[in-house]
This record gives sequence, structure tokens and C-alpha cells, in this order.
Amino acid sequence: MRVDRGRLPQPGPARAFAFPSIAKSTLPTGLGVWTVRHPQVPIVAFMLLVRRGAASDPPGKDGLAAVSADMLDEGSGDRSAIDMHEALARLGAQFDTDIGSDATVASVTVLSRFADRALSLLSEMVVRPALREEDFLRVRQLRLHRLTQIRDMPGAVADRAFLKLLYGAHPYGHSPIGSEAALAAMDIDDVRAFHERAIRPRVATLLAVGDCDHETIVRIAAESLGAWTGSGDGDVAPTEAFPQSAKLTVVPRPKAPQSELRIGQVSVGRDTPDYHALMVANTILGGQFVSRINLNLREDKGLTYGARTAFEFRRLPGPFVLQASVQTSGTARAIDESIGEIAGMRGVRPVTAEELSLGIAALTRGYARNFETADQIARAVMQLALYDLPDDYFEQFVPRVERVTVDEVARVMERHLDPTRLTTLVVGDIDAIGQEIGRLGLGDPVVLPPDAF
Amino acid sequence: MNLPFTKHTLANGLDVLLHEDRACPIVAVNVWYHVGSKNERPGHTGFAHLFEHLMFEGSQHYDRGYFQPLQGAGATLNGSTNADRTNYWEVVPTGALELALWMESDRMGYLLPALTEAKFSNQRDVVLNERRQNYENRPYGLAPMALLAALFPPDHPYHWTTIGEIADLEAVGLDEVQAFFRRYYHPANASIALAGDFDSERALELVDAHFGEIERGEEVDPVRVDASLPGEKRIQFEDRVELPRLYLTWLTPAMFAEGDADLDLATDLLANGKTSRLYRRLVFDERLATDVSASQNSREMGGYAQVTATAAPGHTLGELERAILEEIARLSSDGPTEAEIERGRVQAESQFVFRLQTVGGFGGKSDQLNAYNTFIGDPGYFERDLERYEVVTAASLQQAVIRYLDPGRRVTLSIVPRGRASLAAPDSELAVVS
Repeated sequence: MRVDRGRLPQPGPARAFAFPSIAKSTLPTGLGVWTVRHPQVPIVAFMLLVRRGAASDPPGKDGLAAVSADMLDEGSGDRSAIDMHEALARLGAQFDTDIGSDATVASVTVLSRFADRALSLLSEMVVRPALREEDFLRVRQLRLHRLTQIRDMPGAVADRAFLKLLYGAHPYGHSPIGSEAALAAMDIDDVRAFHERAIRPRVATLLAVGDCDHETIVRIAAESLGAWTGSGDGDVAPTEAFPQSAKLTVVPRPKAPQSELRIGQVSVGRDTPDYHALMVANTILGGQFVSRINLNLREDKGLTYGARTAFEFRRLPGPFVLQASVQTSGTARAIDESIGEIAGMRGVRPVTAEELSLGIAALTRGYARNFETADQIARAVMQLALYDLPDDYFEQFVPRVERVTVDEVARVMERHLDPTRLTTLVVGDIDAIGQEIGRLGLGDPVVLPPDAF
Repeated sequence: MNLPFTKHTLANGLDVLLHEDRACPIVAVNVWYHVGSKNERPGHTGFAHLFEHLMFEGSQHYDRGYFQPLQGAGATLNGSTNADRTNYWEVVPTGALELALWMESDRMGYLLPALTEAKFSNQRDVVLNERRQNYENRPYGLAPMALLAALFPPDHPYHWTTIGEIADLEAVGLDEVQAFFRRYYHPANASIALAGDFDSERALELVDAHFGEIERGEEVDPVRVDASLPGEKRIQFEDRVELPRLYLTWLTPAMFAEGDADLDLATDLLANGKTSRLYRRLVFDERLATDVSASQNSREMGGYAQVTATAAPGHTLGELERAILEEIARLSSDGPTEAEIERGRVQAESQFVFRLQTVGGFGGKSDQLNAYNTFIGDPGYFERDLERYEVVTAASLQQAVIRYLDPGRRVTLSIVPRGRASLAAPDSELAVVS
């Protein structure tokens, strides 16, 4: 057999794949217990999702949800913080807490022979966290140091400033880590109160994926999490009050060899019926290597190591963001090209049939690979719990994406992305780029000092 | 626990490793070339990595970029270069295995006819931007440059970083690219691993059909250069950072060599996680530091161990250095506790099982088979690799610490905020950073 180099082999049809089947129970306290049996490797991945995150930070207390999440592993009952981590380490467990705008997640992955002990440790953390003042002071101090350090990280500076420009005082207007002033003003009672009103079973789901069975997990969960009660506060209320920011803002970073760029706007929430079409549109615009933005800025012009775009879907309208780190001398050109590409999608350069089929194929043909590991499955299933998606969501994903048309892409871009409302932020050397970016037609750049957010 | 496979060697010298796993309808295709920045010469650094970029720009029979057909088939793909090897991988739906083999074989056999000056100069710009983004414009980003330059002498191939020096990248020419490809990118210097949803017999036929026609090149002699640190080097530089950071580094055994696993566990118990000795002392109890970490960085010709800590405001790197050296001295004199050894073993076992979860990507099963095959010629090394950690004892770990983490033979680097040289560890000279 010898290969024909005259043409590319055409991929064969996808093999049928059974998406994870989710067994669901609910404890009397309202806690959902969802499991997926995935016995390929003898491990179990647990994730405890609480649908309350940084957007639930009270006014003036930016960072409270994150510092509260950080306090979960600082001991429980009589166990000190060190004892808790000794116990996890003896199981070889991988433990993590993660916080976003809409959710707090504590996760533990262990060998399946340690599954019951890992779940009981995870339960201790959420049901009976010690929340001691001395631990809080140390944890808060480390977060303040972290805030100090990220002032030198251009990507982190850009992310924080950009949320502020897009959202202002809206619950999505700050990064989970919060601000120095807010953290400095907090005390352990704030954390206790937050735990009481937000970290509650009525808004939580325990996920277990791996070499485990549903009945056993439900039984252990009932024993170890049964005493966790309460409903907590309501969800974050939607608001449409977004600030009118300048079109072009610069956070100065003298002598920086690159400019960190963010271009975007507040767009749309995860519950939009346009989700699948927007995913296709984004894949074409900036969602993968062969997207328009990356081919232009990296492969054609060599201005960056990589550029990408995303609709960051959340429970409330999330941002659309283009991000790239570009060489200082190419800043103005990169901004101009980026805005041109975004505008082009709904104007002079509509999506072609070829681009559409490539975008659809990229999202659908490899879809099964998102369900290979216990951790991946747990994350995928968590999306269902976080965004109230139906049980057959995974089965429906591919057929729904395959139905997206060129017209639908044009329609959803028109609806959710308005090039005249884009906000551009640059973290870079204003002395080197100020003049040139001032001539882009975006008005004079507004200078935002690094300590202004 | 094991990682079953079959190994075949094609007539042209290409090693083929096959591991079936039919759980998910995907196949990982993973190609290793046994070439990295250690095969470069002074004045010509950064080249192996720049070359990796060029491998994604199209080859003779499909010259419209490497990503388009594969992403259009639902693949994910990437590549990476380090000091010792360069790898390339695709994870494709079952039906696209042939496409991935076609693409990988075309760039192994027929890259040069499609390689133009325009592609070359574009990717050089991209790499210079990668360097700016990940090193120059990142706090502490130039630490690896300073450390490697101090740990290894100028003619040692670990003296420079894989990303390379700017002047070298700017000076390199297309003729050098061509010579590099001919020397290192051929079947006898490569290994391909497939893991996932396929039938081994059929897959071997397909690999042979695609790669069998490529001519074998000349054998590449292994690079062997020894390094030693006769004493202590103390260096510092100023950077755009808020908090000063200290790095202590030592030369240590190569990957899989005696002492490598001991040092892996030793650096873990010193500074990995909240239970570690240095975290408890520096961050938890005395609050001298905001973070601390440690690792044994094993490489093919030799390794280096590293402890890194960032000082909390109000503290100097001299204070951190004293405390870290005290803890290392205590480990040298008293050894680890049995509980620490037990913890290290169960963590090693967990990490090995976690690694069996995925067929592809960096660190997946296909990547591991290639690593074992490339570095020790035995893709079946998985169980023996784990065994290396199971046989570590308190005494062997203590011996490795005494022998390798010698306070008198190390490199100590301080990175301090601009204008705050007084925060550096005492008696440090200005570091060479390029």
C-alpha cells in the first residue's frame, strides 16, 4: 500500500458515541447529587458546585466570595488548616477551589479506593469550615500580596481594567480577587456571613464522576452533607446599567516591549437561544488557530504570538472579548485590523459557506473528545447544573450546531456584536504608541492610571 | 497498573508505538523528534524551537497551512520544544486518523520544497513576540536565562534557554533551516505513538504506507557533555516587579538516573503544597514569604533542582535564604519522616494513575510512550518508572539531599524591584541576562 499525495484523505464518518448518562438525586436539603459512571481508570472526580460567586460580593466588599472560597480548606471543627491538608495529602488527592462570577467550585480527584474519605473531607470543608480569624488574616494578607504582584502582570492588569470599563458597578465589574481597599476593610464576620447566605445546599450540586456508583455516593453524601442546610439569598438581579466608557483607554506601562490588548463589549448571557450560532461565529472570527483574527495578526503580519476572541457566556450578559499581546510598534495596526475583522463579519466580509462548514466541523467532529476523562465529564456536566441546561443537551449539541446557517450567523452577529460600541483597552508604553493610536478614529486615548481600579 | 503497547520499527528506522483504547472515538497521533535546544551551538540558539513553528506552515503536497484540514476534521493539535526533544501531536476523531498520518508524514518527508523566505521571516517575528510575551514582558520572566547561564558553562548545551537569544534569532538564515531539517528531521531520529480507538494491525499498515517511503537520514550521535559546579555563584538583577524573589539551584542527576526520584520527592516534601516544610515555615508560620515552590527538573544529560520563594513585603531575600538553607540542613541531618515518605509514595501512585486518563495531548499516554522510547529505548518503562518512587526510602532520600543539595555548590539568584538592590541576597554580582 502506498499513499496518494495528490489529495488529502477524506475523514470517515464519526463513530457513534454514548454521552455520559447522569444519575440524579436530590437530598431533602435541596442539594443535588449527580453521578456519572466512568470506570476506565480507578479514580473519582468530585466537584461541589455552588451557584454563587464573585457577582454575589456585597457592594464595597469586592473579593469576599473569593476569600471565602479560599477559607474552605483552612480547617474544620477541630482540624487545623495544616491538618486538613495533611489529610488530603495522605490520600494523594488533587484539591482545588475555583471561583468565577456565577459560581464557587471545590473539587477533589482521588484514587477510587479513597473516594469515601475524600468526599467526607470535602463535606467537612463546606459544612463545618472553621473560619478562624487568625487563618483569615493570613489568607487575606496573601491575597493582598497577590494584588500587589499582579500590578506587574500586563495580562492581569488588562483583565481587571477591562471588566471595570465594560461593567462599572455591575456585579460583573470586578475580578473575583477584588481590590486592596475592599479586602483591607473585610473581617472574618463578613466571611461567616457570606458562607451563611451564599454557600448553601439549595443552590448547590455535588458531582461525582468515575469509578463509582450512584447509590453509594448518595448514601455517603446523605451522611456527610445531610447536616448542611439553608437556602441562602436569591440570585444576583439582572441589570442593564452599563457604563458608557471611552472608545480607547490606555493603562501606561513604560518601556513595555508589547501592548496587551482587549477589545470588546457586554454581549449576551448563556441562556440565549443564539448560543450555538454564536459559537460558530466565534470559531470563524477568533476561536481557533485558523480563525480570521489569528491568521491576520499572527500568520500574515507576525505582530503577535496569538490572538483570539470569545463570547464569555455567563448567567447574566457576559462580555465578548478579543485578546492579544502585540509588539509595541504594531499596536495601532493591530487595533485597526482587529476592529476591522470584527466589523467585517457583519459587513463587508460576511461569513462564506466554506468558513461556515469549517467552523461547524471544528465544533462538532471532535466533540466526543470533551468526554474522555472524569474531570472533563464532571466539568461538562457542571455546565448543565450551572446554566439550567436540559439532560439531553450533549446529544442535541452536534445536530443543533450542524443546523446553523450563514444567515443565522449574520443575524446573531448583528444582534449581539456592535462594532460602533466596542471598547478598546491597551496596557502598554503610551509614549511609544500614544500618537499613532490617537489617529485611529477612536478619539484621544483616555489614560487610566494603574492604581485607578 | 500498566500501559500496554506494541512496538515496531519500520525499515527506515522509524519507531512505531501502538496502544489501543477504544473507550472514546478518538485517536492521538504523537511524533517525537530527538532534537531540542541541546543540539544547538552558541550563537545559533533558539533554532530548534523556531523550526517547530515552521513545521506548521505547510509542506510540499499541502501547502496551505497545517491547521486548516485538521481543525476542519475536528482535531486539536500542538507541538512543543524543550532542551532535549521536539514533539508534535494531533487528537483526531477516529475517522480522521489517516488524515493526521498524511499530514504528519508529509511534513516529515517533504517540508523543504514548501519552505519559503516569507514563511520563515513571518515565523521569526512570531517567535520574537512569543519571547516578548512569555519572558521579557512577564515579571521574573528572565529568570531562566540568568539561572541556566550560571549553572552551565558557555559551551554546555543547557547554558541557553530553548526560546533562544534575540540576536541569534535575528541572525539566523534560511540555509541553516534546511541543514537543520536534513540532519534531525527524519525517520531514524523520530518515534511515532498512536493511542486510542483503532485496530493495531490496520494502524501499522497505515503508518507504514505514509511514513515507509521517507528516506532515513544519518544517525544522530547522542550529545554528552558533563557539567559541574565547583562552588557557589551569587547573582542578582533588577526587574519590573513589586516583590523580590529568590532562586536556589543545584546541579542534579539526569532523568531516570539514580537520585532523580529521590530528589523529586525531596523537593515535594520541601515545598510542594501546604503540608510541605518550607510552606509551613516561610508562608504559614513566619510569614517571610508569599509563596514557595521547588522542583527537580530532570533532563537527558543532567538535571537541576530549584527552590523558589517570593519575599513578603518588609523581608529580604537574605532572610529567606537563611531559612531555606536551615530546612535543607535539617533534612540532610535528620532525613524525612516515615509519614513524609508514605505521603510521597501515594502521591506518586496517584499522579501515575491520573496520567493514564487521556490518550493524547501533552503528558497523555501517547506522549509518555514516546518519552520512554526516546530517552531510554523502552516504551514499556511505565511500571518501572513508578517503581523508582516506590523504592525510595528515608535513607536514600536523605543521601540524595546530602549529596546534591550542597549549600557550597549552588547558584543563588535574586530578582529585586528596580532600585531595591539592598533586598537581594548578600554578596550577589550582577547577573548576565540575554
